[in-house]
Amino acid sequence: MNRNSAAAHKEDPIIICRDVQKWFGNFHALKGISMEVMPQEVIVIFGPSGSGKSTFIRTINRLEEHQSGQIIVDGIELTHDVRNIERVRMETGMVFQQFNLFPHLTVMQNITYAPMYNRKWHRREAEKVAMELLERVGIPEQAQKYPAQLSGGQQQRVAIARALAMQPKIMLFDEPTSALDPEMIKEVLDVMIELAQSGMTMIVITHEMGFARAVADRLFFFDEGLVVESGTPDELFNAPKEERSKQFLAQILSH
Amino acid sequence: MALPAAPVAEPQTNILPPGREGNTALRWIKENLFSSLFDTLLTIISVLFVFYVLRLALDWVFNLAQWEVITANINILMKGSYPGDQVWRIWLGLYLLGAVVGINLRAWNRELNRSTVVIAAIPLILALLPFASANARINLIIIQVTIAAAYLLTSVVGDKRRRRIATVMSILYIPAFILLLEGFTDDDGVMPLVKSDLWGGLLLSVLLAAVGIIFSLPLGIILALGRRSRQPAISALCITYIEVLRGVPLISILFMGNIMLQLFMPPSLPPIDRVVRVMVAITLFTAAYMAEIVRGGLQAIPKGQYDAAYALGYSSLKSMRIIILPQALRIVIPVIVSQFIGLLLDTTLVALVGLYDLLGIGQAILSNPNWLGRSQEVYVFIGLIYWILATSMAFASQRLEKTLGVGRNYDESQ
Repeated sequence: MNRNSAAAHKEDPIIICRDVQKWFGNFHALKGISMEVMPQEVIVIFGPSGSGKSTFIRTINRLEEHQSGQIIVDGIELTHDVRNIERVRMETGMVFQQFNLFPHLTVMQNITYAPMYNRKWHRREAEKVAMELLERVGIPEQAQKYPAQLSGGQQQRVAIARALAMQPKIMLFDEPTSALDPEMIKEVLDVMIELAQSGMTMIVITHEMGFARAVADRLFFFDEGLVVESGTPDELFNAPKEERSKQFLAQILSH
Repeated sequence: MALPAAPVAEPQTNILPPGREGNTALRWIKENLFSSLFDTLLTIISVLFVFYVLRLALDWVFNLAQWEVITANINILMKGSYPGDQVWRIWLGLYLLGAVVGINLRAWNRELNRSTVVIAAIPLILALLPFASANARINLIIIQVTIAAAYLLTSVVGDKRRRRIATVMSILYIPAFILLLEGFTDDDGVMPLVKSDLWGGLLLSVLLAAVGIIFSLPLGIILALGRRSRQPAISALCITYIEVLRGVPLISILFMGNIMLQLFMPPSLPPIDRVVRVMVAITLFTAAYMAEIVRGGLQAIPKGQYDAAYALGYSSLKSMRIIILPQALRIVIPVIVSQFIGLLLDTTLVALVGLYDLLGIGQAILSNPNWLGRSQEVYVFIGLIYWILATSMAFASQRLEKTLGVGRNYDESQ
């Protein structure tokens, strides 16, 4: 059931965060987060808004800079040395709440440009991979359309395909279903579940607890810039230790 | 009578909006022009007024105006004092322009549509104008043939190759054309030097505007990016440049370029050509405004676009070039084009620093006693030319917006 324990013996963690701290001006957004993620592990982060969960995963591909502590991704420590940052970002795909597809490019271009420009792939190779990924997320027929012509769920699936086209080792999901209409949430979650089962290392911020129960190896509950509690889905859902986690889980599981 | 009758049991899949009876043109007139007493009154008064003005204008154009002033001076209005035996160089330059236009039309348009054909047929339209001389007509038709030939000839090369050729030719065209006009210093060669003091008329106006347009946009983009730079020295430099240039009228920059610049130059260097000085002044001036327009476009791009680009491993330079700038420029096309139109019309100011652009030539003609009192004809003619140029630019901009606007709007048919 827990792939993590098996993997831990033979492999080192792919993401190591030690006492990560971050301020926005005087606001202490991250108050010392530590987390180790093993290859192929699926981590779900949840917590109230403003708890720092989004800021935290954005520090992992350095869309936000942390001010103290240590973050090591795939063996590269994230520092002010800008030279290696693009290499780290190529190994870490990210999917956003607002999709952030490039509106002036077709679906195909959205997916193929990053490998073509950043990994120097040949166009034909990139397009072949893009078509395979569009098949995988179930919308191969939309390849020549523009993002604005797609539904929200389709856009988010394109965004997942776009991130996967770079063949990342890690996928970060920042509330991928929060901006979707209810009937579209399932189509995106299905893609994510399939991805998790295929062995992708994933960190997912979500309040879809059905998804967490199905594929998460570990859950982290964030509040006020700290990890209040972490553990397996069974531990957190059935026997949360902290009062704050109990309250929050009661609220989101009640409906 | 509105909805098509359908059996209640069958759900209607195609409900049409209510239909209209009778003649739509008549109906439109009734609804829009005569819907009330006040409307009717307004319509009648307007029609009378328009009719009156139009009658006066047409009467002037066909009966009162003496157009010999234009026909006799058409050559000087078009090219200034450019020597008559060297005019073939201008035409050659325009043939080349035809080739560049032909290739570009082939390279960037998927298929020929009506507006492309209109743009491509401009030489033919000009050749049919009553003012054109037999010589001009022949040359215009040659240009037309070059456009068609370039269009057809480049059909044989591949898509990507064609775009590369089109880009290179467009970049090289303006310097090549200027070199062709200027010629070389030896007097007995095929292309003797024609000093730029002799360039004038429409040729000079269009040349100044074209150089300003082509060079101010890239410079403006660089300035806009520089202003947003995180390096304080770079951004301070760009802000200073932009704000100084925007705080000064164009005419004073023209004077600066024309008179003051020589004072600062070391006397050992040969003086810079006057037309080049004016071109530089216009470009530098317009670039400051371009920079602010581009900055406006950049600010309209949501932060999520940067996030997504960086997350995919684009460097900041690449994300700017591939993701951000194409979107930002698309948003500000209308503003950029109106700035370009302003630039075209502002080139008339160069008459004040001693260059004979179209307006300057017009004034020179009017100071000739032979043409005393013909100012109405000359100014109407010049005004018409500027209006045609400015309107074509506005038209081209709308067309560009339409071609590039893809994906911006939600497609209802989806």
